[in-house]
Amino acid sequence: MASCIRRATTLAATRPSVLLRRNGLRAAATRSFSDLGVPTPIFALTETEEMIKESVSKFANEEILPKVREMDEAEQMDKGIVSQLFEQGLMGIEIPEKYGGSEMNFGSCIVAIEELARVDPSVSVMVDVHNTLVNTVFKTYGSEALKNKYLPRLATSSVGSFCLSEPASGSDAFALKTKATKSQSGGSYTISGQKMWITNANEADIFIVFANLAPERGYKGISAFVLEKGMPGFNIAKKEKKLGIRASSTCVLTFDDVEVPAENLIGKEGEGYKYAISILNEGRIGIAAQMTGLALGAWETAVKYVWNERKQFGDYVGNFQGMQFQIAQAYVDIEAARALLYNAVRAKEAGGVRAGEGFVQEAAMAKLYASQVAQRVSGQAIEWQGGMGFVREGLSEKFWRDSKIGAIYEGTSNIQLQTIAKLLQKKYQNK
Amino acid sequence: MSNLRILVPIKRVLDYAIKPRIAASGKAIDLTGQKMSLNPFDELSIEASVRLREAHGARISDILAFSAGPTKSQDALRTAMAMGADRGLLVDTNNELEPLAVAKILKKVVEKENINLVILGKQSIDDDAGQTGQMLAGLLGWGQATQAAEIELKDDVVKVVKEVDGGTETVQGKLPMVVTTDLRLNEPRYASLPNIMKAKKKKLDKETLESYGEGLQGRLEILEIAEPPPRQGGGKVEDVSGLVGKLKELGAI
Repeated sequence: MASCIRRATTLAATRPSVLLRRNGLRAAATRSFSDLGVPTPIFALTETEEMIKESVSKFANEEILPKVREMDEAEQMDKGIVSQLFEQGLMGIEIPEKYGGSEMNFGSCIVAIEELARVDPSVSVMVDVHNTLVNTVFKTYGSEALKNKYLPRLATSSVGSFCLSEPASGSDAFALKTKATKSQSGGSYTISGQKMWITNANEADIFIVFANLAPERGYKGISAFVLEKGMPGFNIAKKEKKLGIRASSTCVLTFDDVEVPAENLIGKEGEGYKYAISILNEGRIGIAAQMTGLALGAWETAVKYVWNERKQFGDYVGNFQGMQFQIAQAYVDIEAARALLYNAVRAKEAGGVRAGEGFVQEAAMAKLYASQVAQRVSGQAIEWQGGMGFVREGLSEKFWRDSKIGAIYEGTSNIQLQTIAKLLQKKYQNK
Repeated sequence: MSNLRILVPIKRVLDYAIKPRIAASGKAIDLTGQKMSLNPFDELSIEASVRLREAHGARISDILAFSAGPTKSQDALRTAMAMGADRGLLVDTNNELEPLAVAKILKKVVEKENINLVILGKQSIDDDAGQTGQMLAGLLGWGQATQAAEIELKDDVVKVVKEVDGGTETVQGKLPMVVTTDLRLNEPRYASLPNIMKAKKKKLDKETLESYGEGLQGRLEILEIAEPPPRQGGGKVEDVSGLVGKLKELGAI
């Protein structure tokens, strides 16, 4: 895999291919080209991104790999790993230095998520949700006061959680029922309701909760609030037992007239739905990276076995032509998914942080395809290894179970397909 | 009690996990497209210098990471800086440099930069020469402690526990000194993201080989590189007397 990733030229050139279509010359100003004036390959990384890739890969293989199986069996994220993730700066990747973060670009974040997923998609999703959803909301929409209060904690010690879905609203996110009521004095809000399918809830101290201040105005009343673990009336009601990403906590949360100070409103009243749409667009790219990392990890685990260990009929099973064809096709599919991923990454980097328009299609395509490839390849990887792929030792059966969620969370595959279709229709339908 | 200005020479080598393949010429290892990394023994050196700083604070006034090699070696220098070296110096050259040539270059760096402690890996995993540190000490006329498993600094005295065939040997010397690192010395840290970010702001200077003068050509010619013969399968014996009989047969007893 490493041979396919070009070292960046000394101009630190990275170049998304569809850029000029959307943003014209503005994109060219933020990216340099190779010496020949030709865009560099989609997988070209900056020097920093290369270093992060190396460093996170090493960390994941040495510190996380030994604990993957036990975390999955226990359905529990290891506390030591959470601390180490903070120490390594992996929980504040894009947070500005002045708040204690690593102040790096989105690409660096994606590279880290991908390398983590190659070893454990559960750890990867925790880091992804924390960085691309929680941190980004604070960075983009938080007041200076909220940023000063929460970003340093998010960068160095406290896990974050993003609470949108409810028992009665998943894909139809804005049908959410959790209510927020402003006090007479205007000094606080009271939040009541329930959230479901909330990632990181068990480990988190800081929660972004979407509640409706004005249900009569439909989704235009939805607002975003910061809650902290321990606030009276705020409880974790249930931790789900799941098919996959078992070490990542997924919980039901209940809000029983939780009183929240007025300054904990993020951004403006009634604008929460805009923030959610915008942020989930980025988060989608993060999930795509988790899925491509998973696919790669599954593929690599299997090929190492069939090309170095398992012999039948006097030859490595990976030398039989039928196997070779399947292995090659799977790899091509992974590369294609990664190309869509990195294209979405660079489209987003050039289009700006707040884009809701700039990279929606790229993000949807990347997430859709990556989750499909992850399922397919991880399933094949089990079969290539025969019985050894089927046992709850090593990583293979776990990768397959972990991959299923890719088609479900942060926008189901059907929703992605619909999004893509509608965007295409706008372009190709005559007015 | 003097301040320490530490020099940490590093080398970019074929990643330790990759099985080397011999090039078509039969005289070199094929490195095309292969993953290259920081020599593992050099990671120990950088870690050692950073730990000295953690133990002695401002007494360690400078940690300079150095490499002589192709331009891509700057990746290794960036990693060194991300681990805690203050600055980097690259002698940019595609020439193959033998240990004596590297030692001569290092001597010039030591003199120019007022270095009083050089920490090197005991060997690099490509040529396994294990000579550079010792040659450098000889050229400089400094004391040397090789294969360090422990390094302790007290005032201007460096105490080193060395790994030797019989076990360990403890030596001490006065600064300036050369120390080479061995596996049990420490566990190198990961380059954390904040440190990678800080490393971007650190200085990385580049120089040419010419500026280091004469006498750097190689004196050795590689005649052949070959893989060791494949391991012969063992044999099975029935019992102890069978084992004794076999050993007698092989002339081992």
